[in-house]
Amino acid sequence: MSPQDNLFDLIDNPPPEKDDAGPKANAPEEYSVSEISQKLKRTVEDNFGYVRVRGELSRVTVAKSGHIYTSLKDDQAVLDAICWRGTAGNLSVRPEEGLDVVVTGRLTTYPGRSNYQMIIETMELAGEGALLKMLEERRKKLAAEGLFDDARKKSIPFLPNVIGVITSPTGAVIRDIMHRLNDRFPRTVYLWPAMVQGDQAASQVIAGIKGFNSLPVGSSHRPDVLIVARGGGSLEDLMPFNDEALVRAIAASDIPVISAVGHETDTSLSDYVADLRAPTPTGAAEKAVPVRRDLITAIKQIDMRLISGTQRILREQSNRLSGLARGLVHPKTQLENKSQKLDSLSGRLDAALRQNISVQRQKLTGTAARLSLNGYKQRLKHQSESLSLLKKRLSASSHHITKDAHKNLSSLSSLLETLSFQRTLDRGYAIIKDENDKLVTSTQSMQQGHNVSIQMKDGQRTAEIRD
Amino acid sequence: MTEQKDMNFETALGELEKIVAQLESGQGDLENSIKIYERGVALRKFCEDKLKEAEARIEKISLDGAGQVKTEPLDA
Repeated sequence: MSPQDNLFDLIDNPPPEKDDAGPKANAPEEYSVSEISQKLKRTVEDNFGYVRVRGELSRVTVAKSGHIYTSLKDDQAVLDAICWRGTAGNLSVRPEEGLDVVVTGRLTTYPGRSNYQMIIETMELAGEGALLKMLEERRKKLAAEGLFDDARKKSIPFLPNVIGVITSPTGAVIRDIMHRLNDRFPRTVYLWPAMVQGDQAASQVIAGIKGFNSLPVGSSHRPDVLIVARGGGSLEDLMPFNDEALVRAIAASDIPVISAVGHETDTSLSDYVADLRAPTPTGAAEKAVPVRRDLITAIKQIDMRLISGTQRILREQSNRLSGLARGLVHPKTQLENKSQKLDSLSGRLDAALRQNISVQRQKLTGTAARLSLNGYKQRLKHQSESLSLLKKRLSASSHHITKDAHKNLSSLSSLLETLSFQRTLDRGYAIIKDENDKLVTSTQSMQQGHNVSIQMKDGQRTAEIRD
Repeated sequence: MTEQKDMNFETALGELEKIVAQLESGQGDLENSIKIYERGVALRKFCEDKLKEAEARIEKISLDGAGQVKTEPLDA
């Protein structure tokens, strides 16, 4: 059963009645092809003036005229569809093959080809899940191409002179950006007005990126950094920023791009491909410029260090110079100094000599006074008396001493005889002495290989220690 | 110091930091110290000039068919 058959069932024309009359009398009304086609067209249009149809888009063709020709299908049927140029520009979804969509519009026929078709007025993706799935697939595809690689991201200039902003000229986004830029570091901003919602948005943002990049390098209008921004919105609202052509335009931009699409939680494919992602438009302004006040403070500090550093070097060099200068004494001064020293020394020399003589003279006078003969005579007499007394005592005591000594000597001799080792030797003992003639009293002091002398009662022999 | 025309703020600031560190180390001969000090002063002036631009300007920009730039004030 073809789709056409279904439609024909709905034609407001009852099927021919079968009766017994002849074919002519009860024959159905006769139409020309045009007539029946027109009748059919009216029937279709009257009954299907406004319908919602869900299906998958297949073979999407954009004609030169700007009209979009496509068809909707499900697993059993196909429905041709057209979106006229005027409507195509306002679609919230860019028709793409394979998209699961819900379209609204009307049905009509094309009598010239015996076709019926749907005229699309609006198109939306069938459910967020389908949209997210499509986005994820697109993201994977672009990631596989390396478009999101960190390696190809350009660095954002530290202090751009000119900032290019691509966003809507009305609304809070541009105001937020300008406000934050003024707070941090006022810059020249060129705004490229672009719609940020709807089917025109992607192409207008692309035009902005390409337009800024087309300005010659060195031109005063060419920005050092671009901000692509829009405020928060639904997933559908942000769809232009998931547009593949836009993603590729951002990737191709020679000027670094900061993306600020939606709120912090929204992430578009533009965010993935941008050189830097800001959570919000205000955040983009923060990432685009440093804080001027901080820089001024930093420069002031550097300036102080510059001056104090230089002053230090000058001071050190000056100190060194004066240090060296001190060592550099003029010959005349050196001569004067020496001459002065000589004068001083010669003055002291004379005085010292005089002083010395006077001291010696005083000593002499003192000694001479003590040098009197009387004292000596007296001491001589006294000492000679002592001497004769001592003589007497000596002679008296010496007699006793001699006598006692003799007696002591003989008793000691006999004692000595008794204790003499000779007697011990006579009894068979021996005396052992080492090479140094020292007495060996212990085996511990005998070293192997050393000689010892052995003395016995009748003589002395040498022996070697074996063990 | 004509080369500063091609310089950006960050590069100038980086060089200034180096010069200050060098001066603070107290090393280097006097003549060179004075030379880099002068360079430092010029860099500082360059940075200060960059920081002086205190007014933000916003203009709408567009290209005409011939790729010529057209700007006009934005009443945002």
